[in-house]
Amino acid sequence: MASKKVLAADGADVQEAVHIEKPESRFKAMWDTLKKNKAALFGLFVIIILVIIAIIGPYITPYDPNSQVMKEAYQSPSASHWFGTDNLGRDIFSRIIVGTRVSLFVGIAAVAMSLLIGTILGSIAGYFGGKIDAVIMRIMDMMLSIPSILLAITLMAALGKGIDKAIIAIGVVSIPEYARIIRSSILSTKENDYVAAAKVIGNSDRRIIFHHIIPNVVSSIVVRATLGISTAILDTAALGFLGLGVQPPTAEWGDMLGRVRSMILVYPYMLIFPGLAITLAVLAFNLFGDGLRDALDPKSRS
Amino acid sequence: MIKYIIKRLLMLIPVLIGVSIIVFFLLRVCAPDPAPVVLGQHATEASMQEWREANGLNENIVVQYVNFIKGAVTGDFGESYYTNNSVLNEIGSRFPATIEIAIFAIIVATVFGILIGVVAAVKKNSIIDNASMVLSLVGVSIPIFWLGILFIILFVKILGWLPASGRIDSMLRPEGGTGFYLIDTLVQGDFEAFKNALWHLILPGVTLALYTLAIISRMTRSSMLDALNQDYIRTARSKGIGEGKVVLKHGLRNALMPIVTVIGLQFGSLLGGAVLTETVFAWPGIGSYTVECITKSDFPVIQAVVLIIATIFVLMNLIVDIIYAFLDPRIKYGKRES
Repeated sequence: MASKKVLAADGADVQEAVHIEKPESRFKAMWDTLKKNKAALFGLFVIIILVIIAIIGPYITPYDPNSQVMKEAYQSPSASHWFGTDNLGRDIFSRIIVGTRVSLFVGIAAVAMSLLIGTILGSIAGYFGGKIDAVIMRIMDMMLSIPSILLAITLMAALGKGIDKAIIAIGVVSIPEYARIIRSSILSTKENDYVAAAKVIGNSDRRIIFHHIIPNVVSSIVVRATLGISTAILDTAALGFLGLGVQPPTAEWGDMLGRVRSMILVYPYMLIFPGLAITLAVLAFNLFGDGLRDALDPKSRS
Repeated sequence: MIKYIIKRLLMLIPVLIGVSIIVFFLLRVCAPDPAPVVLGQHATEASMQEWREANGLNENIVVQYVNFIKGAVTGDFGESYYTNNSVLNEIGSRFPATIEIAIFAIIVATVFGILIGVVAAVKKNSIIDNASMVLSLVGVSIPIFWLGILFIILFVKILGWLPASGRIDSMLRPEGGTGFYLIDTLVQGDFEAFKNALWHLILPGVTLALYTLAIISRMTRSSMLDALNQDYIRTARSKGIGEGKVVLKHGLRNALMPIVTVIGLQFGSLLGGAVLTETVFAWPGIGSYTVECITKSDFPVIQAVVLIIATIFVLMNLIVDIIYAFLDPRIKYGKRES
């Protein structure tokens, strides 16, 4: 089944392949399944809203998220300050809106980075095997033997604070996971007849990897990456909470929680809404990712 | 089997050497100079130079690494930049607190995770099943530190049932002993202190447990559903074996393998989660101490913590593999798989 699809989609490589009717596009089949999954649609809906807020956020905040108005500090939620104000008199609602961009950007950029490096390392390891495989995978094992949050905070200690550093720290931590998935997918795909055929007619290794193998493992990568964004958002918030994330005064959800932590028993409202924002974003990517997985791989549906 | 274990133990050595190189490189080469942080902004260049010299930071980086490894093998990780106590003592005094909370969490997560998973699988599509699915989804989506914050707001601020921070009231702190307060207080027969320590443990322990609980219940549910669909379950039922026995002996026993894997793998993320949980609840364990040391650039401590936790983690994985062999007699280690 899979080999037929490739023949049809990539007929140029296999000269004069038997004419096969083009199967329904994978994307359409996936969307049809996804449409029926209410939870996944809800996730997608929230993600779209978050993306819109991330783009237009800074222009629609009711207050300047960084302006400190000391006489307005410590205000509980009210009509003028929906989520209240923090200890420096900044409007929490405005800061959460602006923080959306940071969380989504770090989350997506970190996943993109680990996906790219993980795919390259995993492809090389899986395709060539032997010594290169052993070396790459042993290094991945070393990274996996450190709990991810511990590795991330160690990286932040080495790199210093900042959004770019957070992306690197969170991205590096999940490289081994992607490398492993890609490697094992490649190992199982490599044995297929169409790969042997592509080799026989003299395609280069690189062409085989990128044109014949990667397209066939792409669905598992997409699912993993969607779920990976939720983990990356959680990690970003965790770094922020520990005071190792962004530089002040940047508004970041985890950082907002960490800074007012000691006031929890006096001003609990300050610690509610940023956490709600993190949970909602993570939940949305988890729901959508689970839905994608079910849609792309009918076998995993229970 | 013993041959296999020895082989696996030997394979750990290069992994741990690799971990030590990664950490050492990050902290000694990439990280900014710790001298101004440790000595304060107003330290003179001369005093900083003297401090670097005293802590061996002026040596060639390779020499520094070799010294570090030489020490680490004998359990000597150097001294903290701040207290001049040996790193091993600093970590050792905080270790029981972290192990206590981690074990509490893994017990809670395993017991309730398997229970919820089994019930959800047996009563598939019931209210309990749906509730368990929601719980597991929320469990993996909620940031662990925010969960802790919510617990404090609810159980400390609003209900006033439990304490918000620390391990025990300072008046009741047990002297000496193992450092595991639940054990020490019991051994000393001080039940009031035992109750106090347990009360302090509940909120951070449950907070730390929830993520793992969610993963375990999810895994148990799907693994049980697989097992309950097998032919041998139908056979067992048709033989007239009681439903309880069918579920537990024929179902759960066969569903246990993936569950054990998950529990073993979760131990690492539990130690990671301890960093956040301990910070929220001011729990005086290694997690909160590591964060403190990172903000203070106390590098010898961080190196040691990462190395020790990595060692525990890889040993846990080995133990999981060994438990496999006991649960599934078909697995024989030591022979090459084809």
